[in-house]
Amino acid sequence: MTARISKWPGVELSAADLYEGKVTSVRFRPDAKYAWSAGEAMTRFLEELQAGRLIARTCHKCERILFPPRMFCEECFRPNDEWTYIHDTGTIETFSVSYLDKDAKRITEPILVGVVSIDGASPKMGMMHYFGEMTKDDIHIGMRVKAVWKLPEERRGSVLDIRYFRPLREGEP
Amino acid sequence: MTKVGVVGAGMTLFRRRLQETPKELCYEAAKMALDSAGLTLADVDMVVSGSAPDAFDGVHMKGEYFLDGCGGYRKPYTRVFTGGGTGVFSTIAGWWHVASGLADVVLVVNEEKMSSCQPHPQSVFAHIWDPILDRPLKPNLIWIFAMEMNRYMTVHKVRKEDIALVAVKNKRNAVDHPCAQLADPNITVDDVLNSEVLAWPVQRLDISPPSDGAAAVVLASEDFIRKRRIRDRAWISGVGWAIDSTMWTDRDLYFPEYVARAAKMAYKMAKIDDPRRQIDFAEPYDPFDYKELHHLEGLLLAKKGEAPILTREGVTQRDGKLPVCPSGGLLGVGNPIAATLGMKIGELFWQLTGQAGGRQIPHEVRTGVSQAWGDLMQYGCVVVMKA
Repeated sequence: MTARISKWPGVELSAADLYEGKVTSVRFRPDAKYAWSAGEAMTRFLEELQAGRLIARTCHKCERILFPPRMFCEECFRPNDEWTYIHDTGTIETFSVSYLDKDAKRITEPILVGVVSIDGASPKMGMMHYFGEMTKDDIHIGMRVKAVWKLPEERRGSVLDIRYFRPLREGEP
Repeated sequence: MTKVGVVGAGMTLFRRRLQETPKELCYEAAKMALDSAGLTLADVDMVVSGSAPDAFDGVHMKGEYFLDGCGGYRKPYTRVFTGGGTGVFSTIAGWWHVASGLADVVLVVNEEKMSSCQPHPQSVFAHIWDPILDRPLKPNLIWIFAMEMNRYMTVHKVRKEDIALVAVKNKRNAVDHPCAQLADPNITVDDVLNSEVLAWPVQRLDISPPSDGAAAVVLASEDFIRKRRIRDRAWISGVGWAIDSTMWTDRDLYFPEYVARAAKMAYKMAKIDDPRRQIDFAEPYDPFDYKELHHLEGLLLAKKGEAPILTREGVTQRDGKLPVCPSGGLLGVGNPIAATLGMKIGELFWQLTGQAGGRQIPHEVRTGVSQAWGDLMQYGCVVVMKA
């Protein structure tokens, strides 16, 4: 049938057709605002971030230390058991060197971003964050890193209370 | 369970911007699919539509908005959504309508219009991230692909040159696709490797484009196909789907376990125990070039880390032993998210019924698999079809 169709439907437009009013169009700009209550697990997680600590939840049944913390174990499907402080050090599991901002606009100074598995949580459990005090040529998977925290008075109870993760220095635990 | 066949398919051009509204695009694809099956809307018992986030079109209840273009007017009608997986999942939903005996004929219509979102649909993708854990970091959607690609490359020591071969293959395959947005007969590996670095290791030519478009397929029961003496049909022999958590920072991204689970479910139904031997060609989801490799491994058509080697050896070329994305895929034809139905299920139908024209695989193919992927790197769905 693809071989039999001679004209395929669809009229292509250029950006100019749309932006310069060459085709009839209508416009709308949504004004949507949200406030999310953080819930049980994330409220404690954010409070601990403000105090400069990372916290997880332990499930006694599967013996996993769950990070980011949640109040139930998705594997055992039961309430998990206790709050457990974990470290602010970890390992880079993966990363990107981004020349794009959130709207896909180009930036010249790249953002180093990736996933850090956190020491003290179960293997491969971690969070996304920025990396700093390293270049795009230094950064590598398996690199050991440590959180750089904002000053206590600057913390707001957000993942941004950690500024970024920097390379773990020799001799640091 | 009633045996279900695909009996028709249709699609619009895929372009960065199309003038038609979502409704008009749906109508064009749906009408073409019905015409190709020799059926009319009166033959259709139920309608399933698929579309990705409403925010692209800017119309909530988008499924309801374009339903009359889908032929859903005054019929049992459902819109399904599984992120990027919708491109294959809507067919699975259509399949269960027929397999259960509820319907004899189901029309499946998928649409996406990403150009309405200004200035770029990227800003809407920001809404898929966790509001507490991820969003304060102002993530760009390409980051997750970059992170997954880097993990895959590093674990298996894959060279970027071998990944770029996928983009070259698919954009060249798309030259024979009449709807293609980014076909390029002359593209080389160097073009990909020298293209703009967006979020390393992702470069511009590693990525499929945002697109507008619609696609449709018609599904029918074995009884109906026999009674109406429909000759061009391909049977759906297995379906599977699986999803992992949105807590994507808790899993190793090098292997899509959820795709493997979906594949095993579909293969079991299709009585496939050796996919590499029993499957003749594949249409895995390829929004990025490395994703084709990642998904070939998830589909168990290659061992972990083997997909780049198969690609380098030419196995996945249209005339290779295991043609992969003979349609040109998302990389070549375009990526109007849910409407990729046209290259996934549509292409399987056209290949298995010998109607793929210039894209026809030169040797006989009797079993094909298509797969889509979506949500926050967590969802896979698989359909196996037989001639």
